[in-house]
Amino acid sequence: MLLDTGSRVAVVGGGPAGSFFTYFLLEMASRMEIELQVDVYEPKTYLQPGPAGCNMCGGIISESLVQYLGAEGIILDSDVVQRGIDSYVMHMDAGTVRIDPPGHEKRIAAVHRGAGPRGQVNHRWASFDKHLLGLAESLGAHVINDRVETIDWVDGRPRVATKKGEGGVYDLLVSAVGVSGGGLKLMESMGIGYQPPETTKTYICEFLLGEEVIEQYFGSSMHVFLLDIPRLEFAAIIPKGEFVTVVMLGEGIDKELVDAFLGSPEVRACFPADWSIPEEHCRCFPSINIKGSPRPYGDRVVFIGDCGENRLYKDGIGGDYRTAKAAAKTAIFEGVSEGAFRKYYGPTCKALATDNSIGKIVFLVTGLIKKLPFARRGMLRMVAGEQRSPGSGKQMSGVLWDTFTGSSSYRSVFQRTMHPLFLGKLVWNIIVALPRRRAIVGQ
Amino acid sequence: MKAGDLGREYQDGEAIITQGEVGDRMYVVQSGKVEVVRTDGAAEVRLAELKQGDFFGEMALFDKDVRSSTVRAKGTARVLTIDKKMFLRKVHEDPSLAFRIMEKMSRRIRELNEQAGK
Ligand SMILES: Cc1cc2nc3c(=O)[nH]c(=O)nc-3n(C[C@H](O)[C@H](O)[C@H](O)COP(=O)(O)OP(=O)(O)OC[C@H]3O[C@@H](n4cnc5c(N)ncnc54)[C@H](O)[C@@H]3O)c2cc1C
Repeated sequence: MLLDTGSRVAVVGGGPAGSFFTYFLLEMASRMEIELQVDVYEPKTYLQPGPAGCNMCGGIISESLVQYLGAEGIILDSDVVQRGIDSYVMHMDAGTVRIDPPGHEKRIAAVHRGAGPRGQVNHRWASFDKHLLGLAESLGAHVINDRVETIDWVDGRPRVATKKGEGGVYDLLVSAVGVSGGGLKLMESMGIGYQPPETTKTYICEFLLGEEVIEQYFGSSMHVFLLDIPRLEFAAIIPKGEFVTVVMLGEGIDKELVDAFLGSPEVRACFPADWSIPEEHCRCFPSINIKGSPRPYGDRVVFIGDCGENRLYKDGIGGDYRTAKAAAKTAIFEGVSEGAFRKYYGPTCKALATDNSIGKIVFLVTGLIKKLPFARRGMLRMVAGEQRSPGSGKQMSGVLWDTFTGSSSYRSVFQRTMHPLFLGKLVWNIIVALPRRRAIVGQ
Repeated sequence: MKAGDLGREYQDGEAIITQGEVGDRMYVVQSGKVEVVRTDGAAEVRLAELKQGDFFGEMALFDKDVRSSTVRAKGTARVLTIDKKMFLRKVHEDPSLAFRIMEKMSRRIRELNEQAGK
């Protein structure tokens, strides 16, 4: 089962995974002098403000992905990137510390996935997802602006049909439907034994503050919060152009938890004193992949991005890039049979899954630190010390940077925390911080 | 620099890399123009002008020699750094990431051959 000139490929879902796949498939096909016909099915136009035109997420394009895309020749410009991020500020009850990685370069991009939040007045920035879909189109993909309603099989080949009656029979079906919305049900109904990923609910909201206030209060830093609020796993505020995006991960997120977080003194201190939460603001409860699909492929079908396997909690778009490219390479060079995907695409998914198991331990430890006041103070003291003395090692700063921004693998984060020097420094800082109660360090 | 600009900004004439220095990273032009120059004694030869999406300094990723030329901003330019270790680790996993760089290097060899033939 090989793709050749004239082969037809259907990509269901034009989020980052679908667009990356299409882009790399067409690029590799052109190098191999194969002419493919690729149809991307995507009901969203990304032109409508609010959740209807948006694949809801925090909108952080990780430092590693920005560099990979640079090497791929894909430049993210300031018509898409709303803010370049060069640092982060960690907020805890014990204090606040700002972490500047060496280089002071803006290598993390903050974007809006769609046309911007509800209530957006001027469209100064383009949607990130639309930008990627545009790249795929520029290489010759045909975008069909409709939702796929049914998929069945004709002589062993997948047949796709949309509501408006578009569709056809294909040599390869690529599912990139994500985990929010009805796409997973459709894939389960396909009859190939596809098991969807496990997911959990998250929370995102957007506040309109204006460029000046954002510059003054948030700057070009991502703000992360390690607060001992029951059920809250992790929260961040990400400055964009005129909005800030609030992202919350936790257990059974509901209004009570959202109110507890937004009302906490650590969060209030980030906003202007006279600011209050506006009655009307854009918010959503999207799902996030927490355990991938066990077998994200079959004969002439492959699942990429969130509906297959992805990175736990962080850098989902970086994970999209990885699985999309691995699937495209397999399709062009190895074929589209289940065996080809198992042998050549499977390892990429497995590597992500293994790294996620290590990530779970990393988050378990972070959760523990959040709960233990002396550990929080010790960690804060260690980071603050590292940030004050430019020549010293930046063990804790580096570990936190990579944990929060998703810039490197969880394995690498874990290995560094197991280093005797790291552990020694941490224990020392915890001991020294023991008698202290509250300290505001840095900033 | 606009809030949404990535990378680092260099002013007109500012050197991004300097001939003879050791390098451990590669660069991609995000916006503006940079020029590649080589000095031989007192003479300065302009080798190329690069624009958005072009790479430079990529030889440092593959050999341990010093920078073979100086690259400086021509007008205000913004440049993104790609770390050597990060890049090589990724290329190990996905060799096709190096394709564009190979493409560019082969184009450069072709140009050099043409010049040598003149
Ligand atoms: C709260 C939260 C914060 C996050 N923050 C970040 C972050 O800051 N950075 C980061 O890198 N990642 C982040 N992620 C993860 C990231 O959002 C996902 O990993 C990423 O969006 C997955 O991309 P995808 O293309 O697989 O799916 P999606 O982005 O969900 O795209 C799926 C597409 O498929 C389309 N579709 C669905 N069904 C059909 C159908 N039947 N027919 C046709 N089309 C269909 C949808 O319209 C949609 O456009 C976050 C996730 C959450 C929940």
